[in-house]
Amino acid sequence: MPPVVEARNLVKKYQNLTAVDSINFQIEAGESFGFLGPNGAGKTSTIKMMGCVSPVSGGSLFVLGQDVTREPRAIKEKLGVVPQRENLDPDLTVGQNLIVYARYFNIPRPVAQARSKEVLELFNLQDRIKSPIATLSDGMKHRLLIARALINQPSILFLDEPTTGLDPQARLLVWQKLSYLQSQGITIVLSTHNMEEASQLCNRLIIMHLGKILAEGAPAEMVKKYVGKEVLELRLSTGEKPGFLEKLKQSGMDGAVSAEVGDTLYFFDRNPATLGNLTSLARQVVQRQATLEDVFFKLTGKALEE
Amino acid sequence: MNYPSWRAYRVWQRDRDVFFRMWKAEFIPYFVEPLVILTALGFGLGGFIGLVGQQNYLQFLTPGIVVAYAMFTATFECTYGSYIRMEMQRTFDAIVSTPLSIEDVITGEILWGATRSLMTSVAIILVALAFKVVPAPSVVLVPLVAVLTGLMFGSISMFFTSLAPAISSFNYFFTLFITPIYFFSGVFFPLSNLPPVFQTISSFLPLAPAVNLSRAFFYGEVHPGLLWDVAFLLLLTIAFFLASLVTMRRRLIK
Repeated sequence: MPPVVEARNLVKKYQNLTAVDSINFQIEAGESFGFLGPNGAGKTSTIKMMGCVSPVSGGSLFVLGQDVTREPRAIKEKLGVVPQRENLDPDLTVGQNLIVYARYFNIPRPVAQARSKEVLELFNLQDRIKSPIATLSDGMKHRLLIARALINQPSILFLDEPTTGLDPQARLLVWQKLSYLQSQGITIVLSTHNMEEASQLCNRLIIMHLGKILAEGAPAEMVKKYVGKEVLELRLSTGEKPGFLEKLKQSGMDGAVSAEVGDTLYFFDRNPATLGNLTSLARQVVQRQATLEDVFFKLTGKALEE
Repeated sequence: MNYPSWRAYRVWQRDRDVFFRMWKAEFIPYFVEPLVILTALGFGLGGFIGLVGQQNYLQFLTPGIVVAYAMFTATFECTYGSYIRMEMQRTFDAIVSTPLSIEDVITGEILWGATRSLMTSVAIILVALAFKVVPAPSVVLVPLVAVLTGLMFGSISMFFTSLAPAISSFNYFFTLFITPIYFFSGVFFPLSNLPPVFQTISSFLPLAPAVNLSRAFFYGEVHPGLLWDVAFLLLLTIAFFLASLVTMRRRLIK
């Protein structure tokens, strides 16, 4: 099967700023594909270009086999888009939001009504069909946004930061629904700066930074490749870092520190034994599984969320 | 330049549905204000004024008020209304991620503004009839003039909205543009009462030809000179409509 999205040397420029700097990627049908990166990485710009609402500044971009610059209407017909900022129609009720949105796709009213019922049930909103938007909680609005994006039975669902600002419970519910949708054969494409979201939801992802792609692959494989299995964190007491680093050097292990943030030192893929009695000098020793956060750190020297 | 498609109708339907969901809040003010004006000025002030030409003041005033309120209705809809939908509710963003284009959205908004003008004009004509203003049969064409007026002011307003940096910018638009137009387009007194220089300026205010047309059709005084008024309205409408398509795309599609 041909890829559902194919970008070649894709560029997005805003006046003097290059938000997306000649990137190449492909998304296959049925994937759950993520763009992971901090704010300003170029994720939203890329999603908007794929959604045919932001013009391509250079390179080529094909979605569902069609050129976004030539066939935006035909492409948009088959997309579901969940925006970063909520844009439900506050002048209409929950049910009317779906019916009016369906009309933009020329979906006949009886079909729109049946599908509205379906998607509201899927997102546990069936009891709110007559509610004004203002009476919904943030979590409900978020679910309704996703429900609305499904009204045209899209082949691809684009979600820009789908759970930003949601409490953990609401976030979990959204993740479950998205996994379910993927199991139904919808291609899911999302952007996120949350590494947990990326590793939970995506079977493949791209790490972006300053408009460029730094790495690409399955989350677990990327972690294994760039960081290893485990990370050792030594949290030192204030002011003890220079002394500790000196001791590390004396034991011939000065290259062992993978990263440092404040008074915390990170050792990728090491267990405490290799550091010997040095660990006893730390205020706290944490041994944990390596994550995408560490991959990002390794690649950029920066934290994902800051 | 990108042109709108028939899908603009979908936006018109959206605005219509919202309107009829809360028509009491939307419609009553536009109905009451002209009623107050016709009563206060037509009867109250009109008692002082006596005849304007062959007509009493209420008769003179009514056709002008019809198109003036057609102007206000479309202008409010395509300034405050459209701006709120565009910037605060982000409704335009939501719509352009469906098969509709930004040009469809803008066109639908202006068409809806003109539809509101049509409804306002019919309401005022009915009030005037209740006040015993006797029109000629050609009065049935006055709502058409109101639609043209609505399209023109909807387009002018949309153009301004596309450039407005903030919602408070509309204060300038209304104070510096709409209010002088309201008072100097021949709604309240014949333009021939003004000094010659002001007469010339006034005849180029966009509402003046609409007032001419409305008054002529209201009382059946149709003459070839009205073609100039129609041409003026159409020309201005087309110019501002096309300009607003360009400036709105520039503002919203980045």
